[in-house]
Amino acid sequence: MTTDNTRSLISLEKKLSPSPVMNILVPVISVFLALLTGAIFLALTGKDPIQVYSVMFNGAFGTKYGLTESIVKAIPLLLAGLGLAVAFRMQLWNIGGEGQIYMGAFGATWLALLLPDQPAWVVLPAMMLAGAAAGGLWAVIPAIPRAYLGVNEIITTLMLNYVAILWVDYLVYGPWKDPAGYNFPITPSFSESAILPTFGDTRIHAGLLIGIVLAIIIYLIIFRTKFGYEIRVIGESPGAARYAGMNISRKIIVVMLISGAVCGLAGMAELSGVTHRLQQGFSPGYGYTAIIVAWLTRLNPLGIIIAALLFGGMQVGGFAVQMNGVPAAVVSMLQGGLLFFVLGGEILMRYRVSINSCRGDDKA
Amino acid sequence: MSVDILIAILATAITAGTPLLYAALGEILAERAGILNLGVEGMMLVGAVSGFIAAHYTSSPWAGVIAAMLAGGAMASIHALLTVTLRANQIVSGLSLTIFGTGLSGYLGKPIVGTPLETSFKAFEMPIMSSIPFIGPIMFKQDALVYLSYIIIPLMWYFLYRTKTGLNLRAVGENPAAADSLGINVFRVKYVYVIIGGMLAGIGGAYLSLMYVPTWMENITAGRGWIAVALVIFATWNPAQAILGAYIFGGIDALGFRLQAMDIMIPTYFLKMLPYIFTIIVLILVTGKNAAKHIGAPQSLGLPYDREER
Repeated sequence: MTTDNTRSLISLEKKLSPSPVMNILVPVISVFLALLTGAIFLALTGKDPIQVYSVMFNGAFGTKYGLTESIVKAIPLLLAGLGLAVAFRMQLWNIGGEGQIYMGAFGATWLALLLPDQPAWVVLPAMMLAGAAAGGLWAVIPAIPRAYLGVNEIITTLMLNYVAILWVDYLVYGPWKDPAGYNFPITPSFSESAILPTFGDTRIHAGLLIGIVLAIIIYLIIFRTKFGYEIRVIGESPGAARYAGMNISRKIIVVMLISGAVCGLAGMAELSGVTHRLQQGFSPGYGYTAIIVAWLTRLNPLGIIIAALLFGGMQVGGFAVQMNGVPAAVVSMLQGGLLFFVLGGEILMRYRVSINSCRGDDKA
Repeated sequence: MSVDILIAILATAITAGTPLLYAALGEILAERAGILNLGVEGMMLVGAVSGFIAAHYTSSPWAGVIAAMLAGGAMASIHALLTVTLRANQIVSGLSLTIFGTGLSGYLGKPIVGTPLETSFKAFEMPIMSSIPFIGPIMFKQDALVYLSYIIIPLMWYFLYRTKTGLNLRAVGENPAAADSLGINVFRVKYVYVIIGGMLAGIGGAYLSLMYVPTWMENITAGRGWIAVALVIFATWNPAQAILGAYIFGGIDALGFRLQAMDIMIPTYFLKMLPYIFTIIVLILVTGKNAAKHIGAPQSLGLPYDREER
């Protein structure tokens, strides 16, 4: 094959296993390169990149208020990132995190409005259960055709996001609208007993603990149980899994149920912990950002805790730069760009790259 | 229902279906080369905003279309680099392209949100053809980009099924190793069609900002890029069948609007759900039917091609 000249310059050899150094190094370098590319872009569009970044960083981590707000924003990303990672482990592409968050919020709100006079120890667990159930069942809808007919779950989960958001829109503009809300698309405020406790005088709420505990549980399930082992085998080689007699169809449904339930909890926690009511557009795309959060850590539940904090910080930093006249959309641009570098960097983990001299193609 | 209303609905179905059609045609080309590009939504958004900016400053909608093509192609080339050369996961790369494109278009479009476009594409009557009864007023009282799509579809069909280059493209998607051993430059073919696919998605996006709406607003596509990906499956990777699908989806879109205008007692939120629910139902039906008839995606779709693993 003499016609191929990309081959003669760079050659790639498959490594047997990724090196642990690269596992840390690649995300770190990716963050750096994404920021660098973003800086060039900002400079080209007439903004001062150093100023934008320092405003962003100070807004997110520079003050006590910024730091606590970053943690508040990290909570839904952590929960949704965990939910998505479970499914992604099985190569099940649940892109419906956003819709499952909205349905979780819907379920939780329903219970909160239904039980206004019950004590917190009744209401909060009931809301969590309802949120998880609503998010989980929403994810099962696309799981069934995927499991039994092979219907592409990427598209169906994504389509359901729009449906869930419109459903919540309908509720907050219609039957659940707060009569005393000056026509804003919001439900009445939850009662005291439907609100998650917060830490000190910050807005950080108990959702953080739920997230950390779930991260540990999910880590143990994936790496220490037979169920988790089977999920990984199905994800990495479905042929082998089928040969070993695993019931893949049933596992698809169970995994999507878990994935959606954890995303639903993210919606419940956001309402019960932060907004204290259901309102239109309460999630600025947490379900989509969580995809990057999960992938950045190579689907490691413990790593997701750290990545969620980083991305929560970017979200808060985005608000800070917006006040300086830079569109907050710069944040999702940086996040998408970051994923490009992580993906490109993966090749360093999977292959040994060597640059050949121009002697030709004798290695191939 | 009188004939006039039927004609009006069908004509709107074509208008509403045209952005889906362009995007789906682009995705067909990329998938025929074995590359799944889930960045359609992002490429359409960047196409829509670049097209609008270019048309706004040059006062020429055609300059907008060209800018949208370039922008869509540039976006697609990121995906090509990651998935073809660096063999990254095509699903994740496409998703990040969509997230990136949503951010980029929001950033670029911020200063011009809601600006009206003075020189948008306008509908005009095709002489002679527009006087064909029934068909004429539906198909031939449209705008230039719709007419262009009428020309592209037969050309693309002919290219895919009747030319050697088209055969090579299909060979790359079905069996890249075999294509390679026949002397086809697999990597180049993949790059070329992923990028052309991005250009078409760019036009689809520009159609929204230059004709359908016509202004720029954030997330102007509202999931149409994803519906286009579903359309490719519906069309069984055949450009001729994509027309029917695009116009049916366009019709559902238009129907929602029409029912809203007729003041029917269904809340608008449920009418707006129609295209999304319809996409899911159609996808389920079509997947079952294709499986029964053994019609499937190009064999190598989604898999990275590694010459050493031949």
